[in-house]
Amino acid sequence: MARIFIKGNIAISRGALDAGCKCYFGYPITPQNDIPEFMSRAMPEAGGEFVQAESEVAAANMLLGAAACGIRAMTSSSSPGMSLKQEAISYMAGSELPGVLVNMNRGGPGLGDIGPSQGDYFQSVKGGGHGDYRTLVLAPGTVQEAYDLTFLAFELAFAYRNPVVILGDAIIGQMQEPITPRKPVVPDAFEGNSWRLEGARGREPRILKSLHLTDGALAGHNLKLQEKYKRAQKECRFEEFMTEDAELIIVAYGSIGRIVKSTIRKLRKAGFKAGLIRPITLYPFPSEILKSLAHKGKKFLTIEHNMGQMVEDVRLSICGLAGSGFYGQLPGNLPTPNDFEQPIIDALRS
Amino acid sequence: MEEILAYKSPSLLADIPSHYCPGCHHGTVHKLVAQCLEELDLSDDTICVGSIGCSVFIYNYLLLDAVEAPHGRAPAVATGVKRSRPDKFVFTYQGDGDLASIGLAEIMHAANRGEKISVVFVNNTVYGMTGGQMAPTTLIGQKTTTCPGGRCADREGLPMKMAEIIAGLGGVSYSARVAVNNMKNFKKAKKALKKAFEIQKSGRGFGFVEFLASCPTNWKMTSTAANERLENEMIPYFPLGVFKDVQGEL
Repeated sequence: MARIFIKGNIAISRGALDAGCKCYFGYPITPQNDIPEFMSRAMPEAGGEFVQAESEVAAANMLLGAAACGIRAMTSSSSPGMSLKQEAISYMAGSELPGVLVNMNRGGPGLGDIGPSQGDYFQSVKGGGHGDYRTLVLAPGTVQEAYDLTFLAFELAFAYRNPVVILGDAIIGQMQEPITPRKPVVPDAFEGNSWRLEGARGREPRILKSLHLTDGALAGHNLKLQEKYKRAQKECRFEEFMTEDAELIIVAYGSIGRIVKSTIRKLRKAGFKAGLIRPITLYPFPSEILKSLAHKGKKFLTIEHNMGQMVEDVRLSICGLAGSGFYGQLPGNLPTPNDFEQPIIDALRS
Repeated sequence: MEEILAYKSPSLLADIPSHYCPGCHHGTVHKLVAQCLEELDLSDDTICVGSIGCSVFIYNYLLLDAVEAPHGRAPAVATGVKRSRPDKFVFTYQGDGDLASIGLAEIMHAANRGEKISVVFVNNTVYGMTGGQMAPTTLIGQKTTTCPGGRCADREGLPMKMAEIIAGLGGVSYSARVAVNNMKNFKKAKKALKKAFEIQKSGRGFGFVEFLASCPTNWKMTSTAANERLENEMIPYFPLGVFKDVQGEL
């Protein structure tokens, strides 16, 4: 297919369209407005539905309704809006409903700013709403990857009957790059046909719910969810860059992972032996590779566009087997490869 | 002796013991929903969107495909369902705490968009499931666990008349308030509900039916006294009738 030059937000919208998304529910918030704007035209043209919801709360609950019918559907937002969607995400996780939610992370807390940030790592990978559940979290580092991961997001959502979060940031959303689109997918007409709602014609009624009041029922349900999350560990994806001879492994995701890769390339020319693990799935988290690198005696430096969130998962993964530093970039600025040179050199020398 | 079948329970109603309190009107409203769906031949193509409150267990009683919406969000969930499956019949069943308080934005906007869904709204002037706290529909002077001195207009505002509010929105095809406290009202209620369902079935848009209902347990009354209160105190403030019918009055 011919390459096209598009913004990250549009790449995700195109990705959803090409992955067979039939309903999109949105609400305006910067820096993701390109998504609802694109979808307001694209969905009706594709025979689907676009609704500009009255709130982020409603948009996420519309997603829940579409998911209950086994339809490929999506909503998108940015940080303050994602907080409002957490209610529906928790219910979707509890009711085992598949849906895709995009978060173009901006600076926080509160209204914060509209610039890039990775401040929503905890909210994304640790559940986010109430209850003991997980969402699967995909973190694109390029516009091409944002497009590709949107396909994966729908596949995983239906494979695991679970909400999937695509966690980008203002850089991924607003950056323009060439991508190669894929052949559009036509979802299987029978997708979800063992559980989706369509009227109980000639069969027992189906109930999609998260309430379990009878003795032991909620414990059993939670156990079932935990087993699902265990099964989903095999979906773990990461990029490994120049780790073989590296003394220091940088762990960074999304836009920061990509910027750090440029820093590493430059430092390598000066003889500094740094490598990169860029988690592509933030949940499941690539613990095994980090652990095995720790066993090989590597040191670690986690770099994030926040004051230290993913670093906790890095440290849990390496279980104290190796030194593990952290460098945090504050929100409100656009980091460049130069910003990370000195922190990496310092970590190598420490 | 010849047996005459005087009454048959709708086959959509599950034959199980009810968790509703004696004298509660939810069971009666459930039965009406079942009767109307059956009479309109909708049972096989219906998706029920439940809500949070006493009626959270509606899916135990109505043998329909159902999804449980978060508190107040049923109209948003129903929007997602109906937009995904416009060929299906979709209704929400919500209480007054759910619809008129925490879910006010969702009901107003679904109604204003003219979503082709039906809304069954049960107004018993209290939060039933949580133990009888004040609702947006609690009458002035009515004592609840969170307005022990009686609801005061100065402090808590006036009870919200949802059927009238909904009727004022452009996307609404039908809005009515009914009661099931006696046979006369019951018959009118059934007519109104059937009308709202027919409006969706024929693709004409949003239908809303508010049921005034009793809650003897939280009103701390006998069932009979609760029915009388409904007649003597609720109906004067919440008048019964059709507030909007784009096809003409009932």
